[in-house]
Amino acid sequence: MASGIISYGVYIPRFRIRVDEIARVWGDGEDISEGLRVYEKSVPDMDEDAVTIAVEASRNAIRRAGIDPKRIGAVYAGSESHPYAVKPTGTIIGEAICTSPNFTAADFEFACKAGTAAIQACLGLVSSNLIDLGLAVGTDVSQGAPGDMLEYTAAAGGAAYVIGSSDLAAEIEAFQSFTTDTPDFWRREGMPYPEHGGRFTGEPAYFKHVTSAALGLLRRLDRVPEDYDYAVFHQPNGKFPARVARKLGFSKEQIEPGLVVPMIGNTYSGSCLLGLAATLDVAKPGDSIFVTSFGSGAGSDAFSIKVKDRIEEIRDGAPSVRDYISKAQYLDYAMYAKHKGKLRL
Amino acid sequence: MTDNAPRFWRAIPQRYNLIGTHCSNCNEYYFPPRNVCPNCRRSAQMEEHKFKGTGTVVSCTTIYSATEDFKRQTPYHLAIIQLDEGPRMTGQVISGPSGVKIGMKVKPVFRILGKEGERGIIYYGTKFAPLEG
Ligand SMILES: [Zn+2]
Repeated sequence: MASGIISYGVYIPRFRIRVDEIARVWGDGEDISEGLRVYEKSVPDMDEDAVTIAVEASRNAIRRAGIDPKRIGAVYAGSESHPYAVKPTGTIIGEAICTSPNFTAADFEFACKAGTAAIQACLGLVSSNLIDLGLAVGTDVSQGAPGDMLEYTAAAGGAAYVIGSSDLAAEIEAFQSFTTDTPDFWRREGMPYPEHGGRFTGEPAYFKHVTSAALGLLRRLDRVPEDYDYAVFHQPNGKFPARVARKLGFSKEQIEPGLVVPMIGNTYSGSCLLGLAATLDVAKPGDSIFVTSFGSGAGSDAFSIKVKDRIEEIRDGAPSVRDYISKAQYLDYAMYAKHKGKLRL
Repeated sequence: MTDNAPRFWRAIPQRYNLIGTHCSNCNEYYFPPRNVCPNCRRSAQMEEHKFKGTGTVVSCTTIYSATEDFKRQTPYHLAIIQLDEGPRMTGQVISGPSGVKIGMKVKPVFRILGKEGERGIIYYGTKFAPLEG
């Protein structure tokens, strides 16, 4: 039985700060944004967090395809910034989108790939007929310590996917994962900001895991990059996804529609899923999309996705990624610090 | 420990999804919900109603000084909003660059309403944002 995406929804906070403005405050110079290929990043409002972003994205997903929320049997929310250490984000999402209480929920954590792990869990339950629909969410309001390189890219946003087995907008044909114990990035319990292994985050972490999962899936399906119309890779900055695409043999044109990081920054668990949503926003029935997420720690999930006729019917039912990107209100560093609570009042 | 959990928990349907009531006898809508219709008394026929959350600002004020938990949010806008179905409610309006004006059309957004300090419950619920933009 084919299963996949029956609807999707996104949310990006409307505030932005320019990377050059952050560089100005820390005296890092203007080549930072060019080096990272990130020019602006999204900033949550003072009353937004991973839960409110997840709820807005999930409501958009419900609205886009006119889904009856009572059909949802599982809510899995992936984030590295769940506001409660104990009390699942999924409980609040379920109540806010009016599911029936008869659903299972758990929060997922796997750095930036918790959202794709949530999709895999939903696919398992849906394709074995244990539930009718599953809701998988990737949502984050990520933080970098002031002055740390992470501060240039750590952004906020999220995407929600309704996974089912009928009325598919896009079929998930197959997935392949690759996971190892690699300490490239972590945050210990109770600590406000993550730590990272500097240069160690590149080759042995991002590139090794993304290419291993991607090549594994291509080999298993006996396909080549040219078989796909689009590709989406996790976007911690603008450089990494472009370089990994080139390495694997995907073109600039294939990754272009899904490359949202230059305008909104790294939305962590939202990143790859926002890229996929931006691609679904423009894809035509019959198109194929190759998606590979990455989460530090470390692991990658690669998916092969085939777009269905139904996409045309649901596309305009909710705001697109570009709609959210175009609604930007700019902050200077002082207002940004107030928003992020970096200033103790 | 907090004593506020039961009070908050009971208000979740109202706060998250603007669940009120509707009397199908006289067609009056109530928010917050009422169990009895003051128009119809014993002939009332009350049913649950989920408000669309769209409405119009009929009065507004800007708060510049607030209690400890709201300090970081100042200045913020409080407004009386007339919901499209009729009832009026007080809510916070997230303003765009043009501020909040009487007559402005609004839509609901899901936000943090407050927090019980660093350790307590996080209160989520509905605020309003300009319908356009
Ligand atoms: Zn009545």
